[in-house]
Amino acid sequence: MSGEGGLRAALASDRVVVTAEIGPPRDADPEVITRKAAALRGWVDAANVTDNQGANVRMSSLAGSVLVRRAGVDAVMQLTCRDRNRIALQSDLIGAAALGVRNVLLLTGDHPALGDHPDAKPVFDLDGVQLVWTARTLRDEGKLLSGKALATRPSWLIGSVENPFAPPAALRARRLAKKVAAGAEFVQTQYVFDVDAFAQWVRRLREEGVTERCAVIAGVGPIRSLRMLSFLTGEVPGVHVPPELERRLRGVPAHRVEAEGLAACVETIQTLVEIPGVRGVHLMVFGHDDEVPDIVRRAGISRKGDSDVD
Amino acid sequence: MAIEPTPKPYRPRIPARLAYPLHAVLATNRVYRWLAAFVERQPRLYRWFTAGERITKERLFGCRMCGQCALPATGYACPMTCPKQLRNGPCGGVSADGSCEVDRTLRCVWLTAWDRAESASRGADLDLLQRPVDHRQWTRSSWLNYWQGRDEGLAITFSDADPYPPMRVR
Repeated sequence: MSGEGGLRAALASDRVVVTAEIGPPRDADPEVITRKAAALRGWVDAANVTDNQGANVRMSSLAGSVLVRRAGVDAVMQLTCRDRNRIALQSDLIGAAALGVRNVLLLTGDHPALGDHPDAKPVFDLDGVQLVWTARTLRDEGKLLSGKALATRPSWLIGSVENPFAPPAALRARRLAKKVAAGAEFVQTQYVFDVDAFAQWVRRLREEGVTERCAVIAGVGPIRSLRMLSFLTGEVPGVHVPPELERRLRGVPAHRVEAEGLAACVETIQTLVEIPGVRGVHLMVFGHDDEVPDIVRRAGISRKGDSDVD
Repeated sequence: MAIEPTPKPYRPRIPARLAYPLHAVLATNRVYRWLAAFVERQPRLYRWFTAGERITKERLFGCRMCGQCALPATGYACPMTCPKQLRNGPCGGVSADGSCEVDRTLRCVWLTAWDRAESASRGADLDLLQRPVDHRQWTRSSWLNYWQGRDEGLAITFSDADPYPPMRVR
């Protein structure tokens, strides 16, 4: 499970990078992840494994990442500040490196109040920026936050997230600049539906010199139904669906909404990858992993069609 | 004072244009440094001093006595009243109307911080990298800590000349 390929090699190349998201199961069945990863193999450069997404208990992202790698796909282990203090965070980061996880995506995480255990203690010992900073300190300085030295340093690629659409708009590019100073080498964004607003954010990043230090990977995904549309516009924090897209989806018969949503998603990808400073797309297809090849093919993003992990 | 697990965003009770000059009055100097060292040597005096600080800052800023005050770098809106206690800016869950993802009836404290800092031309303060909180300092006096130079390195800048500043570890 060593060898070339994966996210690091893809980012070093000049082609469009594609990542996708795998949500681990709520049970102990490893097959679910293996099956999802197999569907993505050869079509993505890496797959993110979420960390108890939405503050709902799932198989750990570390276990999930190892399973994804075994299935032949480079894993991006997500790790949030919600459930672990700095001791556990550093421990899991080191453990991930030892188990061959080559990419980590570090974020603050949703508040437990929004998940299936609202009675849980929210930890937030570090924030997302501090976690990125901690990871860079472990890797580049070879030190824990205690100052103790690591004999063997981890070598993962460090990523983070940003929501370009959440207020205050003027601060969002600078906030990513701060994460990049802390150590983020790539960033995956919240769902992009409003391409114009996104392009403005990327333009600000270029002005601040952020895109030279950090690869911007735009989050995309199809809206499959009018129910999903109302969910995204009403309940998911920080997602903005522009009125034109909403009209387009509401303007077709019910049985055509899914196809229209997919078509819109493909068009969005094609527009996004032409924006200077955008390195790739992060596909969020929630449970429809078998659709990833189709989306990638229709968007005209060239793939090798073979495995990226040997 | 309550160290509740999920704090609520607090709206400061004094305008930013008053808070900045107030800080100038409290800015560290030799006299304050001497005074802080003196107060720390007397346990009873330390308790009175800390109680005074708590009462004042609780009313004005919703202070929770983390002991390492970030207020001067956040437009005097306390980031420890963010439900996630974020020290480095707002999370991605702020909704379009500026409300907090945990309590939609309250405004994100980081939006308040941004507006107040900007109104005083101090927006660049929010670009500072804030290092992790030392949780041993809860209930301690942040003023006495500050006057004795313990806050040095709490927040650091980055620039094109120093794009990846190291975190100060023990």
